[in-house]
Amino acid sequence: MSYLSVTEADREAMLAAIGAASVEDLFSDIPPGVRFEGDLALEPALSEQELTAHLESLAAQNVDATREVSFLGAGIYDHYVPAVVDAVLQRGELLTAYTPYQPELSQGILQAIFEYQTVICELTGMDVSNASGYDGTTVAADACYIAKHATGRSKVVVTEATNPQVRQVVKTYAPGFGLEVVEVPHEGGATDPEAVRRAAVDAACVIFQHPNAFGCLEPAPDLAAAANDAEAIAVAHVDPMSLGVLEAPGNYDCGIAIGEGQGAGNYQSFAGPHYGFLAARSEFTRRMPGRIVGETVDAAGERGYVLTLQTREQHIRREKATSNITTNQTLLALAGLVYLSWLGPQSLQEVGETCMSLARYAQDRLTGAGLELAFSERTTFKEFAVRVGRNAKDVIREARAEGIHPGYALGRDYAGLDDAILVSVTERRTTDEIDRLAAVLSR
Amino acid sequence: MSATESYPGELKYHREHDWARIDGEEAVLGITWFAQDALGELVHYEAPEGGAAVTKDQPYGEVESVKAVSDVIAPLSGEVLEVNGKVVDAPETVNEDPYGEGWLVRIRLSDPSEVQSLLDVEAYRQVVAEQ
Repeated sequence: MSYLSVTEADREAMLAAIGAASVEDLFSDIPPGVRFEGDLALEPALSEQELTAHLESLAAQNVDATREVSFLGAGIYDHYVPAVVDAVLQRGELLTAYTPYQPELSQGILQAIFEYQTVICELTGMDVSNASGYDGTTVAADACYIAKHATGRSKVVVTEATNPQVRQVVKTYAPGFGLEVVEVPHEGGATDPEAVRRAAVDAACVIFQHPNAFGCLEPAPDLAAAANDAEAIAVAHVDPMSLGVLEAPGNYDCGIAIGEGQGAGNYQSFAGPHYGFLAARSEFTRRMPGRIVGETVDAAGERGYVLTLQTREQHIRREKATSNITTNQTLLALAGLVYLSWLGPQSLQEVGETCMSLARYAQDRLTGAGLELAFSERTTFKEFAVRVGRNAKDVIREARAEGIHPGYALGRDYAGLDDAILVSVTERRTTDEIDRLAAVLSR
Repeated sequence: MSATESYPGELKYHREHDWARIDGEEAVLGITWFAQDALGELVHYEAPEGGAAVTKDQPYGEVESVKAVSDVIAPLSGEVLEVNGKVVDAPETVNEDPYGEGWLVRIRLSDPSEVQSLLDVEAYRQVVAEQ
């Protein structure tokens, strides 16, 4: 974006146009007693070169996963972002993607969104996807809203092993939706389908995360069946990067699939902005929040794209809209589209398998160094909880001083896990880095 | 093909632009010519389930046109006996014949005395004139 300064001649022309003698004249209505006199106590202006050096020194205090070794995950992951993602996103017509208020003029962006929806449907095994949501937490609240209206029920069930931030956002939205939230505790790192079955009676939906907040696989088809038997909608919160190796939620009878899209194509970026995805069976299409792009033909019979079902959006339906988040995450969702298209099903599977085998290597190294897995009987994907024998926050702080971030302290959110660290192992980690982790944690 | 403006004298009206045709303990409900004209061509009718309870002055379904979605307000309370499947399949039936083929639900009244609170055609015409 170009920066246009105002010259003295511009200023005089503008003042002449409005009949003012000086800029000072414009403030003459403000009583002198409330006006600030004198100069502001600011440091002298820096030259461009000095300013650049100053900002660079501030930026250098930031640390990211390209400079230090990070096993931090818990919802936001250090997956590799191929160069093609940024190359495509930096095209001007995509970089300025914003809420399309005159959408059909912008066929390119609508086509991109349509392709994004197609990819999300293929990934989740669902019939219809929206054009993306704000993030992986708000789409869970959106799912509750769909479920409330589809079932006419006023209770939602969330497994305790669902990401704590997701649960918090659901609990924040629920009172406004007139919904009661019931949590089902985990048992040894996963959820008992019978406990879900009991809680699901009269529930609008059951939300579970798979793999869950401990990295463990849930008995996902059994949880979905427990929900479906009670005529509650089964809502799976899934990691898109797991769907190359794990079954798609649509294939085990979930009604809605949601998730945080960041891991697929977006950087960690200090946890935002990112995008959430929401896909559902076709019976919920009219309840889905946000935009949906449809494919059609124009008057000349040519293929074209339109925003469809807009009548349920906030600029038309006001307080009865299906969603009232105005923030548009299209650019980040398009990063997801480019990433997933670039990889394709085969590479997505390979990335998943690489994560799994590196995570398995890390488990072996850590247990070999005398540490204990918190849920050793569970199967995991790319994350696992390990007990470090003392307060995890202290261990994390000490490791950080050596340039290693061992993971997330589960004691922040879960009782009885003060000594547990959730270790996330993506394809970006190396066996050398994992060896360093084992050395640091076993000290 | 849209119907021309009319408000039959034998119907009872609700100021949210709904009508009721009372038949003893039952009533057939729909939306008025004014309502369908304001919405434009209907593309979807979100009907209540058979057996559902409807409450006077509360929404019991939704009608959606190409430009808006609107709640349908129940003029009377009762239980849904029948949903007009023809409107579910072809919502534009409401535009073509709002008081005949385009009815929305048939209900059993839970409180027939509520009928007295509805508007007659002259009072409803006044409501329309004020819009």
